[in-house]
Amino acid sequence: MHAWLLLGLYLLVLMVLARPLGLYLAAVMEGRAVRAARIGGPIEAVIYRLCGVRPNEDMGWLSYTLALLLFNGLGLLAVYALQRVQLWLPLNPQQFDNVSPDSAFNTAVSFVTNTNWQGYGGETTMSYLTQMLALTVQNFLSAATGIAVVVALIRGFARRTATGIGNPWVDLTRITLYLLLPLSLLLAVVLISQGVIQNFAPYQEVTTLAVTHYDAPRLDADGQPLKDAQGNPVTEPATTQTQTLAMGPVASQEAIKMLGTNGGGFFNANSAHPYENPSPLTNFLEMVAMILIPAALCHTFGRMVGDSRQGWAVLAAMTALFLVGAIAVMSFEQHSNPLWTALGVDPSSGNMEGKEVRFGIAESGLFAALTTAASCGAVNAMHDSFTPLGGLVPLVMMQLGEVVYGGVGSGLYGMLVFAILAVFIAGLMIGRTPEYLGKKIEAYEMKMTSIAILVTPLLVLGGAAIAVLTDSGRAGILNPGAHGFSEILYAFTSAANNNGSAFAGLSANTPFYNVLLGIAMWLGRLAVIVPVLAMAGSLAAKKRLAETSGTLPTHGPLFVTLLIGVVLLVGLLNYVPALALGPVVEHFQLWAGH
Amino acid sequence: MKTLIRPALSLFILLSLITGLLYPLLVTAIGQVVFPAQAAGSLIDRDGRRLGSRLIGQNFTDPQYFWGRPSATSPYPDHAAASSGSNLGPLSPALQEAVKTRIEALRAADPGNAQPIPVDLVTASASGLDPHISPAAAAYQLPRVARARGLSPEAVSALVARHTEARQWGLFGEPRVHVLELNLALDALKTPSIQ
Repeated sequence: MHAWLLLGLYLLVLMVLARPLGLYLAAVMEGRAVRAARIGGPIEAVIYRLCGVRPNEDMGWLSYTLALLLFNGLGLLAVYALQRVQLWLPLNPQQFDNVSPDSAFNTAVSFVTNTNWQGYGGETTMSYLTQMLALTVQNFLSAATGIAVVVALIRGFARRTATGIGNPWVDLTRITLYLLLPLSLLLAVVLISQGVIQNFAPYQEVTTLAVTHYDAPRLDADGQPLKDAQGNPVTEPATTQTQTLAMGPVASQEAIKMLGTNGGGFFNANSAHPYENPSPLTNFLEMVAMILIPAALCHTFGRMVGDSRQGWAVLAAMTALFLVGAIAVMSFEQHSNPLWTALGVDPSSGNMEGKEVRFGIAESGLFAALTTAASCGAVNAMHDSFTPLGGLVPLVMMQLGEVVYGGVGSGLYGMLVFAILAVFIAGLMIGRTPEYLGKKIEAYEMKMTSIAILVTPLLVLGGAAIAVLTDSGRAGILNPGAHGFSEILYAFTSAANNNGSAFAGLSANTPFYNVLLGIAMWLGRLAVIVPVLAMAGSLAAKKRLAETSGTLPTHGPLFVTLLIGVVLLVGLLNYVPALALGPVVEHFQLWAGH
Repeated sequence: MKTLIRPALSLFILLSLITGLLYPLLVTAIGQVVFPAQAAGSLIDRDGRRLGSRLIGQNFTDPQYFWGRPSATSPYPDHAAASSGSNLGPLSPALQEAVKTRIEALRAADPGNAQPIPVDLVTASASGLDPHISPAAAAYQLPRVARARGLSPEAVSALVARHTEARQWGLFGEPRVHVLELNLALDALKTPSIQ
């Protein structure tokens, strides 16, 4: 009961906050006066002067695209370089070594593409400077890039016979200054009040109440763990009464990690770590922050195309799909593992492996649905340890193409691509030239739509196939059997859809996975952004047709249903065979004989 | 292309400085002034000794302490500089083995206890640092702790109740017992009788 009450409350809070924020963002992007401009205006003017930007200059789609690519390319270089030299830079109290080339490449692509897949463990790898100046920066800029792309696409619909789709420098600056920074600042301070840490202290040593006995791995002369004849690590009994507490500037990164649907944790355990997500209240706020901007953008869209019903329709389709996923995963995780019940474990409290007591089953399940619906990828529970069907839901939410809210910007432009496909299919059925928001959808738009929709499944299934067929791919598997296949499928699904969550048992910090997943993330982002911007340019150049009695209305329940149908049909069908081999087989194995 | 290079480079540098240095420094400054204890990690100091953090779980295996969630961190449990879950799937033989071992340890410490075993006492937490257990997990351990300390179950039960948190604002999260604080309170009970 509590679980469903919580889900209802969540949606209520989200919907109440999303509309004003969306309208505010529309004002920001249309260059109208907003209150934040009183502080931001002078800063904005200085930035433009220093950068040689003429804020009134309008660019065509090709320049706009090149500008974003260049900007993100610089981000890639900076994140890579900072990791490679962090040992020699300040703010590295734990003296973390420079990151290896393949891991640094993977992480750079991951953060620039708003994926935030993490092959490394944050508190054992990254210096405070790298966390801030490389990773936090990209949390902002990759989010701003996503929003800029969708705003450009919206302008394509809103403008008529225009050559330009906006100014990328102005868009990036205004999104960062007027949207992302103020919201992050506010959220970061609230998070600190609840216990999220924010400091530059070295890791703290404390003396624990009790002594811990454990088996320490025995090391050889080079510091490498010794192995016996069977290849098992050699251990010796040891004790400790010291606990080392990882520290760092966490709250500032945590806030934008959620608001920008980035999802890359400061710590290895991500939002399950008590220093990232200390209380049920922070958990709720992080869940709201995750979907806030993607939901608000639907209203921005409605306002900018001059018909708020269009925004509501897209938001309704997203919310309907989300509800199915959320209810499913929250229910599946209530089931206890039948193998444990046989051992005498109380079956009434559900599957708690890989979950935190303060969140319980309901809020871990809801978080999992949200983080994969939005292409966020933060986790407050370990998806790898979910029940088979509970783990299937996050996979499916990503495989729908990250359009159920989706990432900031990317979710809406992905959904609008599906909307174009939906009107095209409807047009075929009734024999009329398809149009969306008064713009004729022609061969060029359909080519771009096809590329944007088909690239991701190709990357996911192709990548997973390569990994399954190679020794280095199979070497990363932690769990045997069908679940091992799911780990690989999840990794490529997450990377190509720019989500970033994982079935984290997979040992992916190897050159094989770092390179292959890096490529999947990069293409999964670019091969959608470029066609979308090309389409924005072509749409902007078109006339706006007047509505007639023959026009398919794109704001009613009929269109919402059609849109949901297209997302499910096109998004999901590609993956049904793969899903059957992974989670579905595992489900039957687990429950066989029970 | 050439006209794009200067704005790209300079805007990248400026926005990096704003979001990557100014912003975290500003958040740090606000945190240090308004919520210094939280920003520093909610550390527990007692008698000049730093005992831990209110938010980070510690490992307990002695019968006179309440045990927390099992932890999958390496090389020892509750390693707070290397957070991690087990990532073991529902059919994993390693997970079955771990659950079985944990059940055996609970039964060995309290052979007469016939209550069903609360699931959070035999499954690893997501972070490996979970500071809480469920009220059911505390109730399961109560007879053992009372016996090991020579206390009445009522006295221990009262302490457990004092360290049980309800849902935040009655809405968020689950009811939970803070293991480290409960164990500290138990130790504090014992001290006067020794002196």
